Amino acid sequence: MNIAVLIKLVPDLVEELEIDATGTALDTTWLRLIINEVDEHALEQALLLKERGGGDVTVVTAEGDGAEDVLYAAAAKGSDRLIRLRGISFEDAPGNHTLARVFAAVLRDLEPDLVLTGVQAHNDLDGSLGPLLAEEMGMPYVGYLSGVQTEDGVCRVMKEYPGGLAAEMEIALPAVLGIQASEEPPRYLAISRIRQAMKTATIVDREAEQPDTTGAPGVISMFTPEVGEAATMLTGADDEVAARIVEILSEQGLL
Amino acid sequence: MSDDIHVFIEHLRGEVAEITLISLAAARVIAEQTGGEVVGVLLGHDVQGLAAGLAADRILSIDDPAAGDYSPDLYIATLAGLIDSQTPRAVLFGDTSMGAEIAGCLSGRLGLPLVGRCHTVRAADDQIRVVSQICGGKIFVESALPESTVVVSMVPGGHRPDDGRSETAAPIETIPAPAFGEPRVALKRYVEPEIGEIDITKEDVLVAIGRGIQLEENVELAEELAQALGGALCASRPIIDQGWLPSSQMVGKSGKRVEPKVYLALGVSGAPEHVEGMASSATVIAVNTDPAAPIFDVAHYGTEADLLDLLPELIDKVKAAGAG
Ligand SMILES: Cc1cc2nc3c(=O)[nH]c(=O)nc-3n(C[C@H](O)[C@H](O)[C@H](O)COP(=O)(O)OP(=O)(O)OC[C@H]3O[C@@H](n4cnc5c(N)ncnc54)[C@H](O)[C@@H]3O)c2cc1C
Repeated sequence: MNIAVLIKLVPDLVEELEIDATGTALDTTWLRLIINEVDEHALEQALLLKERGGGDVTVVTAEGDGAEDVLYAAAAKGSDRLIRLRGISFEDAPGNHTLARVFAAVLRDLEPDLVLTGVQAHNDLDGSLGPLLAEEMGMPYVGYLSGVQTEDGVCRVMKEYPGGLAAEMEIALPAVLGIQASEEPPRYLAISRIRQAMKTATIVDREAEQPDTTGAPGVISMFTPEVGEAATMLTGADDEVAARIVEILSEQGLL
Repeated sequence: MSDDIHVFIEHLRGEVAEITLISLAAARVIAEQTGGEVVGVLLGHDVQGLAAGLAADRILSIDDPAAGDYSPDLYIATLAGLIDSQTPRAVLFGDTSMGAEIAGCLSGRLGLPLVGRCHTVRAADDQIRVVSQICGGKIFVESALPESTVVVSMVPGGHRPDDGRSETAAPIETIPAPAFGEPRVALKRYVEPEIGEIDITKEDVLVAIGRGIQLEENVELAEELAQALGGALCASRPIIDQGWLPSSQMVGKSGKRVEPKVYLALGVSGAPEHVEGMASSATVIAVNTDPAAPIFDVAHYGTEADLLDLLPELIDKVKAAGAG
């Protein structure tokens, strides 16, 4: 089983997000990029599949501060091959139509049986990557998955619907899958193992094809919502805040 | 290209998704600009009754026994054929388990632009503007609706579901289902939701924990508070994915929808996928150290206190006041 995992880097939402002077993009000066959370689950699911049924895992990402760390961490967890696309950077927040085209060009050479992606990223403006990539590759797609099993060329997936309902589906390979959650929480990694991977693993750099960027909307403006306008803020020492909350609960007749 | 706006009527096991009502409301805003009609697209088997009550000018119904349950391949191919023949100005889907992949695949297959995470549409200077919500609700992006046929995926929060309902029944036109070969994706069975010990949809008081709780051992503290309040504990998705609470206690897009009298959110950022499940709570009290956390947008009361410092104080005071 030849498994490819695509990883996007996205702004860390813990940091303050600022809009740049053009008013149409995030200010990259202070931006910290991290791995898209569900891509971490996609990687974990790929590693679980490899452990259960053999095969190898190739991780593909593009440029951006932190891309190397993400790739080395993937190697330390058990990935076999690391590919970084040059000439396209997550700092520029490329659209998924664009990414699907450049990733597809690399994937065609890898001839994967399965391509795993996170089901979405928080900054997707033009749909999620998986379906667009599947169409580029002429493969079927199914997303919102929280379980993947492969046996004798048959792939069974668990697709989530709202309210905890799920559907088991069978999908013909090769296929692209959008992972919502891996069957086990993503494994924990000691820093020392990543350091070790930095010495032993190699990142293969590939030049991205000149991307066709059509398909995404043109941004007119970007803005932050007025947060907390409606909320009454409770301030003071912890015991004062706690006392106020108890008062509110009492007013509601709950205490 | 026609001036009509198509809305995919998302239904699962006999129920129309609320996002379809929201999409119909948004479609009306676009149709008023283009002068076209709002057309509901209903794909399935024996489901025409679901069109009742939807605010569409007409319904296009494709009845196919093979489409009785959602099948990605079949749905995408059928809708691609429909868009090709009808060339609507826009096609709206919910950004959901079903809608997101149909929208994406259609955009890729037909070479159509896609505007995702659409929260609100509005008219401005003869243009149709779309506001998308990204970055966990921290950023809004305004764009002009592309001038060609465009695929749009909708998120809740901007348009009211009630505006997508109507008392008058829209005329239904049935069009034949196209021939379709063996689908590459096939439904095997449904797996019913796990039934938990407690039903969080029936509680008056919910204490919700998010990643701000930090460690599994702190979950006990929140549980103690929930007990003292005579309520129950619920959580955001990351807590469930960690296995710290059963999935029946998840609130949000993939979890439950709750409307308690009081929703006390501890260390929950308020991502749109979470807010979707709790925005209708009567009173929301949010505890979050980040003043820019979107949870404060839906909260009635908020505090930037550290939840780990606040919890012991709160437990003591609630116990002293005595639940009842
Ligand atoms: C398709 C899809 C479906 C999803 N469905 C759901 C769903 O149903 N439900 C759901 O919840 N999520 C869902 N998610 C995930 C969602 O996007 C968010 O990632 C998630 O809601 C974030 O959870 P959180 O608020 O606990 O964590 P975070 O976003 O990490 O927020 C933690 C918060 O805690 C605060 N904090 C940290 N330390 C403290 C402290 N000591 N005291 C006080 N505050 C503190 C931080 O400021 C931060 O705001 C879904 C995602 C996808 C892709």
